Order: sequence, then C-alpha cells, then structure tokens
Amino acid sequence: MRTETSDEALAEAAGQGDRAAFATLLDRHYDRLFRLCWRLTGSEATAEDLAQDICLKLPRALRSFRREARFTTWLYRIALNAVRDDARKAVTRAKALEGLAREPVAPPDDGEVKSRWLNQAMSRLKPDLAETVALIVGEELTQAEAAEALGIAPGSVAWRMSEAKKALKILAAEDGI
Amino acid sequence: MTDPIDDLREAMKSAPKTQGKEAAMAAAMRAFDDEFSDAVQETRSPARQTIQMQPIWSRLMAYLTDNLRPALMGGASVAALSLAAFVVVQQNGMELPPAPMIEDAEIAAAPEAEIAVAAQKRMRLDALTSEGRQGPEASSRALAPMAMGGAASDLAVMPLPAPEPVYLERDARDRFANDDPNPVKLAAEAPVSTFSIDVDTASYAWVRRSLREGRMPAPEAVRVEELINYFLYEYARPETVETPFAVSTTVMDAPWAEGRRLLHIGIRGFEPEERPRANFTFLIDTSGSMQSADKLPLLLTSFRLLLDSLGPEDTVAIVTYAGSSGVALEPTAVSEKGKILDALSGLIAGGSTAGAAGIETAYRLAEDRFDADAVNRVILATDGDFNIGASSVEAMERLIETKRESGVYLSVLGFGRGNLNDALMQSLAQAGNGQAAYIDTLAEARKALVDEVRTLTPIAEDVKIQIEFNPAVVSDYRLIGYETRALNREDFNNDKVDAGEIGAGHRVTAIYEITPVGGPARIDDLRYQPTAVGGDADELAFLRIRHKAPGSDASELSETVVAPDAADAGVEARFAVAVAGFGELLRGSDHLGDWSWDQALTLAEGAKGDDPFGYRAEFLDLIRLARSLDR
Repeated sequence: MRTETSDEALAEAAGQGDRAAFATLLDRHYDRLFRLCWRLTGSEATAEDLAQDICLKLPRALRSFRREARFTTWLYRIALNAVRDDARKAVTRAKALEGLAREPVAPPDDGEVKSRWLNQAMSRLKPDLAETVALIVGEELTQAEAAEALGIAPGSVAWRMSEAKKALKILAAEDGI
Repeated sequence: MTDPIDDLREAMKSAPKTQGKEAAMAAAMRAFDDEFSDAVQETRSPARQTIQMQPIWSRLMAYLTDNLRPALMGGASVAALSLAAFVVVQQNGMELPPAPMIEDAEIAAAPEAEIAVAAQKRMRLDALTSEGRQGPEASSRALAPMAMGGAASDLAVMPLPAPEPVYLERDARDRFANDDPNPVKLAAEAPVSTFSIDVDTASYAWVRRSLREGRMPAPEAVRVEELINYFLYEYARPETVETPFAVSTTVMDAPWAEGRRLLHIGIRGFEPEERPRANFTFLIDTSGSMQSADKLPLLLTSFRLLLDSLGPEDTVAIVTYAGSSGVALEPTAVSEKGKILDALSGLIAGGSTAGAAGIETAYRLAEDRFDADAVNRVILATDGDFNIGASSVEAMERLIETKRESGVYLSVLGFGRGNLNDALMQSLAQAGNGQAAYIDTLAEARKALVDEVRTLTPIAEDVKIQIEFNPAVVSDYRLIGYETRALNREDFNNDKVDAGEIGAGHRVTAIYEITPVGGPARIDDLRYQPTAVGGDADELAFLRIRHKAPGSDASELSETVVAPDAADAGVEARFAVAVAGFGELLRGSDHLGDWSWDQALTLAEGAKGDDPFGYRAEFLDLIRLARSLDR
C-alpha cells in the first residue's frame, strides 16, 4: 500500500513553489474549508466566496508554513481569521446601511425543522462560541486541537462549549423549539 | 430538550456540498503561479496599487478608528492593527516577508533597508491610533506564532494571514460615485456651463429600493439627473431622420423659491420605425454571491422576457465568470430559442468573481460576430463584486474604451444590495458608451432589458450641452444634478473629449435654477467690479449642443436661443421638476427653503399625465414613503 504524503510535507513543498503539492493540498482540504465557513456563516453563498478567498491567499501564506504546526490546525486558523474579518466587515456594512437586522430565522415547517434551526442557531451564537462549536462538533477536533487552532487554553475550550450549550438552550426556548 | 450539542452534531452532518470547488481551485492555482513566478512584481500590478493607495489609506484609518476599538472579538484589535501595517507596507510596493506569521528570523533575513521602512511605517501607524501607544512591542507580541507557545488566553490573538489588498477594498461594500451639489454661479463671472448628457438610471432604482426597505437613501447615492431621466417624457419628437434629436426649452417659476426661475431643457432622440439587428453578448456574474433570489434568478427571468421581445435575426451569446470564466453559449440566433433557454437553465451561482478574463472573452465573442449594420453590445450583469484581478480599474476602462472605438459598446446591470460597487459600474458604463441600470425588481428588469432595447440603438454620440447665460437677464444660476458629468468649457469643442450617448427614443432632461437680474440674488455684487451688465435683454441664454453621428469622428453643432419669459410649463416639464425637487430633498439641498415632501407630492400628482406603465404612480408612492420616513 502506498503511503500518502503528509499534509505537512506537502505544505512545506508548496511553500517552496511545488505546484503539484499545492494542488493536492487544495483537493484534500477544500471541502473541509467550505464546511467550516458554512458552519460559521450559515450561508452557502458566503461560504463559497469565503472558501475561495482563503484559497487565493494560501499560496502566499504557505511561504511561511513551518512543519512544527499541523497543517489542518494552521488552515483552521487562517479560515477563522478570514471569517472573522468578513464578519467585521459585515458589521461595518450593516452600520453603513443604517443597521440591517440579521435575517429572521425561517419559521419551522417540516421534519427537518430542528436540524435547520440548529444550523441557523450557530450564526446567532457569539462568534467565539460558534467557532469553538464548529471545530469541536463540526470538525470533530479534540479539545487540545481546537485550543491550538483557536489560540486559547484547552480549559477555555471546555468552558466555551458549556457556554454554547447554555446559549443554545436559551435560543431554543425563545424560538419554542 | 435533549443535549443541544448532541443535536447539533447530528444536524451538522447535513452540511451542503460545495459547488465552487473546481472554480476555487483553478483560481487558487493561478494565485499560486503569480506568487511563485519570477514576475511577481508585474503580476501584482503596481499601477493599481498606486491608484488605490489614497482611498485605502483613509479607509484603513477609518476602519481602525471606528470599527476595531470596540474590539469585536476579544483582543483582536491589536492583531488587526498589525494586519493593517502589513497592508500598508504592501500598498507602498514594499516586499515584506509575506507571512501570516512574522518571526524575527525572517525579518533578519530581509534586507535591512526594507525592515527599517517597514518598521517605521508600522510605528507611524501605531502612533495614529490609541492602541498603538503600546508601541511596536505589542505588535510583535501579537504576531508571535501560536505554535510557538503564544499566550493562552482569550486576549492572545492569532497571527493573521497577510491579505491581498483587494480584501480591504471590499470593505465599504456599497460604493457610490457622486460629487458635491453644483454651486451657484454668477452669470457675470462664469456665464458658461458645460456638461455631458447622462442617460443612466441606476440611482433611481437604488433610491426606490432603499425607501421600500424603510430607509432614507444615503445622500451620496442620489444622483438627481438619474432620477429625472428615469422617466419617459413626451417631449416633441424630431421630425426627420436628419435631426437625430429635438430640443425643447421651457422657462418656469421655481416652485420652491419666490422670484427664481427654472430653465427646463428636454431632449428627445429620433425613433426609427425599425430597429437594426442586435448582437448581444451577456457577461453574467455567476459568483456565489449572485445566488440570492434578487440576483441571478431575477436576471434569468428577465432574460426570458428579453428573448420574447427580440427578433429572430438577433443573436445572443452568454459568457459567465466565477473563478474561471467560460462561454456558456456561443453567439446564437434568437430563432434557436430552445438552445438559448437550455444554456440559461444551466447557469448556477457558485465560486468567486474574476471579472477581467470574463470581459475579454465577452469582447472576443462580440467581435467575432461584429456586424457594422447591427447593434453590437456587451451587457455586464453583476452584483458589483467585480474582481478585476491583476488589472487596474483604469486598465479595464482603457480596454472598454478601445472596444468602444471598434463599435462594441458596454452596458452594466447591477443586482442586489450590500455589495454593489456603484462607482465601478458607473465608470465602466461611461467608458463603454453604455448605460448603468440597477435592477431590483422584475418590473425594473423589464424596463432596462425589454422596454429599452430600442434605446440601445445609438443615434447620437458624445452629446455635450453648453449653455451661455445672458448676464443682462440672469444674475446667478445653478445646474441641478449632473455633478459627475461636468465638462470644462474648452472640452465642448474638443471632439476628443468623450461624453454621453443618446439611443433611439431616449429622453434627456436638464434643469437649471436661475435668479433673474433684480431677483433674490444669492451672491452679493462685488464692490470693485462693474455690476450693471449691458446688452440685449431679449435672450435668457444660448444653448449649444454638440453630437456626433454614430461612428463619426467629427461633431455637429446645433444652437437654440432661449427666450426669457416664463411660460406655463407643460405636464412633462412639471413632472421633471417634481422629480428634481424630490432628488434635492433626498440630498438635503439648502436651496429649497420650506418646500418639502407635501409640495413635491402635489406637484407630481398634478403632472402625472397618462402614465401607461405606472412609473409615475410608483414615484408618487416613493414621495409618500420618504415623507413618512423623514418624520
């Protein structure tokens, strides 16, 4: 059986101009990137745009990739930054447009109600909680991995998860789910 | 309820599938080639960076001071500050270690001079913001890579990837092209006023959308001449083919100021009985952001309406751009409607926007099918996030201008809200001799695409208007609207200076507000200048209009004398004045005195005319909406 080249080795090669390595990395991780963006923004269109923007930035960012970091953790960090950046701009934009309200959550009307509600509820969590939930629940990272990607202590991850749980319960009560 | 986290875990398994992977990968591979090619400097387009530098600087400062201090995400502001430093350095064309994480070792590897400049810039930026008082140490702390064991608290911020400059450009998403309102001028000092005609209507649809959503439009979004020119006025028609347009002038009392008058100039283009054949090349933005119902789906629906109104000989081609651009439909005669509809239904939104390649492909198709006797036009449909890639706005305009010379014109249709780059739309359409229209409803799409297909036939180009006021009659004057269309006096006779285009049946209206001699002058007479101006008081103004026949290099001049007496204005002129007044109210003009929404409504109601398409009735509603919002 052929062993796969590790992400880290590919990333290092790509950072030195190896085109094929970069293509392989993109192919392996694009879906992950898109999923994460979708979980954090709740919008497929925004997620497509964000994921592509991140890909466009990767070549330059890879120049300084160091093998000590895990590639996926490094990628999550870049993705989280891009999403935060976009959220900030959305705030600026909303302010400029005299405070656009967040789109109301669609009224539940079928069997998928709950899962749809839950996915939308993500975008109503505080950004740091949503990020943590997306990594732990969505990407199934360990507490330690998530802590590294988020740049916080593992203890903070646990604390944020419990906060998120509380917040979700409150939101669910409000919406009568 | 059960454990919400477990529920979420289940729910998250239903993640949607990405549509944009292929496009994103193609775009990223191009970015990779740019990054690692030897010609890195060229591909990053130094020209664009110089052009954009000023606005970016100021926007950056506003961004930092206004938005980051509330620290949206814990201590993110410090990191963002460092991010800003990178961007500024890049904008100045410096090659910094391009990293998301800058380590001391890397800085040491860079040439000393560059480090010095970079450090200086960063400090200067720090000094300009309150956070910056922490000094450069704070920046470098913020930049320490997490993997190296950065501080483990919420306040510890992550190194941010150095973004492309384009990222910051997207910052203020809706951007408008407008200038300060035209000032009042003394006829004795500056008797001549020169401007290019404008047949764009984008501003009207924008204003309508704002009001309908319950918000007053931003004053800079209101271009008064575009509101006025949105409507089809029944001005006198040109009698023969030889005169491409007819000009009518009316002098009337200004409804908002006792003692002042309005000079209303109405122009109507000739309407040939038969429209020439048309070759349309649609360049359609299919990026992910076009997905919402008021964008791509609206465009496709209106496109079907357009097909019904075209002749079997006309051709349609479709080029899409999203990540990588492609031809969705080679030029196809409208008689093969099934084929066109198939291509339309295959259009899906997904991916990010790369406009430059798309526009080149569209022009190539248009030129392949070029027919000197037909209307050849590229129609760009976008939500404004028009990523022009490596080329600058100016380079893009130059391309469009070159193509215009060869007979292919460009029109721009804007969709959606929140992302619209109105300024870019305007400048591209102006460069391409075309119109910029903002599409928010099916009715509007119908108006822009279907009802006005006729007006796509150019009948007069580079139309410039010059008015010389007679100081013996006119004390002062101001032009309402047309701020972005002002020309220098000497440009009038210079055939090389570009101006607006009139299509078949187009109506163009311009309104001046004037104070007659002896009226309530707004500017005091000068003590040391002769004030009484002699001369014949039989004429109020002399109107000169220059235009070129389509395809011609030399302009023709037509001249009209305007008599000074105020007449009873007709319905059409009064309606135009009501729209002008409405626009001035929205812009917060200080020339209107107590005149307000109620008076605008009364004036417009009394001048509604036949209104076969209901456009004027809709306008009345907009005044009512504005009135209720202004309370």
